[in-house]
Amino acid sequence: MAKKLMKGCEAIGEAAIQAGCRLFFGYPITPQNEIPEYLSARLPQVGGTFLQAESEVAASNMLYGAAGAGCRVFTSSSSPGISLMMEAMSYIAGAELPVVVVNIMRGGPGLGGILPSQSDYFQATKGGGHGDYRVLVLAPSTVQEAADLTQDAFDLADQYRNPVMVVGDGLIGQMMEPVEFKRSVTPEDLPPKPWATTGCAGRKPNIINSLFLDPEQLEAHNWHMHRKYQEMAREIRWEDWKLEGPVDVLIVAYGTVARICKTAIEALRARGVKVGLFRPITLFPYPEAPLSAAVEKAGKVLVTELSTGQMLEDVKAVVAGRKPVSFYGRVGGMVMTPEEIEHEVSKLVGQA
Amino acid sequence: MHSEIIMAGFGGQGVLLIGKLLAYAGMKAGNEVTWMPAYGPEMRGGTCNCTVVLSDRPVGSPITRSPHALIVLNLPSLDKFESTVRPGGVIVVNTSLINRLPARTDVLTVPVAANEIAQEEGTPKAANMVALGAFLGATGLGDLGVVKEVLAETFASRPKLVGLNQTCLDRGYEIGKTCAAQARS
Repeated sequence: MAKKLMKGCEAIGEAAIQAGCRLFFGYPITPQNEIPEYLSARLPQVGGTFLQAESEVAASNMLYGAAGAGCRVFTSSSSPGISLMMEAMSYIAGAELPVVVVNIMRGGPGLGGILPSQSDYFQATKGGGHGDYRVLVLAPSTVQEAADLTQDAFDLADQYRNPVMVVGDGLIGQMMEPVEFKRSVTPEDLPPKPWATTGCAGRKPNIINSLFLDPEQLEAHNWHMHRKYQEMAREIRWEDWKLEGPVDVLIVAYGTVARICKTAIEALRARGVKVGLFRPITLFPYPEAPLSAAVEKAGKVLVTELSTGQMLEDVKAVVAGRKPVSFYGRVGGMVMTPEEIEHEVSKLVGQA
Repeated sequence: MHSEIIMAGFGGQGVLLIGKLLAYAGMKAGNEVTWMPAYGPEMRGGTCNCTVVLSDRPVGSPITRSPHALIVLNLPSLDKFESTVRPGGVIVVNTSLINRLPARTDVLTVPVAANEIAQEEGTPKAANMVALGAFLGATGLGDLGVVKEVLAETFASRPKLVGLNQTCLDRGYEIGKTCAAQARS
């Protein structure tokens, strides 16, 4: 397929269709409305269903039902809407069902604003709802990657029978870039889901539930899920950028912030500052071992995020006191410029 | 080649559209491109802008604080962005609606009476195309022919508009080209 110029939100919508997803349940919220807008036109063309629910709570429970029936299904929302979906996410995780959730993050807390943010990192990577569960979290940095990771999200969700979340910010949702859909599957291509509640004529009923009143059973279930989350470690993805040799400063950033850092790094390198970037692509599981190796090459570490310091905690855990870690954050919808990153790095190397 | 361009005007003047055409044409010509609209809360008739980056390598930041070129269709946009343009850059000014020229002397100013010219061709709505044409003529960033092709594709469902808009692109292009040639001589 030829390259198309698409908004991040539209590319995510098309990627879901190319992944064989035919069901979308959601409720509008800025800055991700182009996803439901796109799918409301596109899904009927491929025999799918677009449904605008009465609320995020309803949409997320529709997701629960459709996933239980064995369908590829997804929703998208933005921060406050994602919070409303967290009860269902916990049930879906507990019932071990595959769903894909896209969060185009905006500034918070509360209703916050509509501009770009990464302040839902804790919510995405540490569970989000109640109970001891995790979701696999993917963080694209380009529109192409948003499309690729959305397609992968459906496969990973099915593979682990677990929710997978794709997190972006308003920049990646609203930005247009060339994108190409590299593979295309239809629902008929997908492997069967023998655990799904599809009608039990001729077989034992399948039961989908997250209620375990017997504590021994629930403990066993919790450890079973824990082992699954540990197995997900083999899915870690990351990008090393300009880290071939030792660096004075290692920047750790994800999503669109990482590409802003790349512009800063080019400018810094042009004036001889040795600086490189480590970009986690999976936020859970976190790429701990590759980050640890990158830290070994660095004099200092700079974490930069659109939050007051959330991923910072995971980086500090990996660095474990080996190198000084500093932080630069912008919040509330304000986005750092490459010049600000340059300035922060310059301070660290004594050039500011 | 790496160029960051901001286009700005009132909502409804079509700055997002000319940004898309420029980005789309850049992609067709084999460049890396990004198009980023400012999507903050704005009221009808408020200001509107987008940033296009054209590059021969993967684009890092899709937003910029110091563009290489600026296309402004109204006065508030000139007031807001004039000081941000890099020295040696280009400012295309819609003199139909902007009653002053940039004070900057370290940039190339391309004045173009975009609304009047578009009106002569049939509708002032195509003022954005005149301005885009002037930008292409002055900077050489983007091929006029490819932009016209992309325009025809974009307006495929309204073929009547294609010729008019293409003529407006041409008229702007000549002004931009002449202006840049005079600056060089």
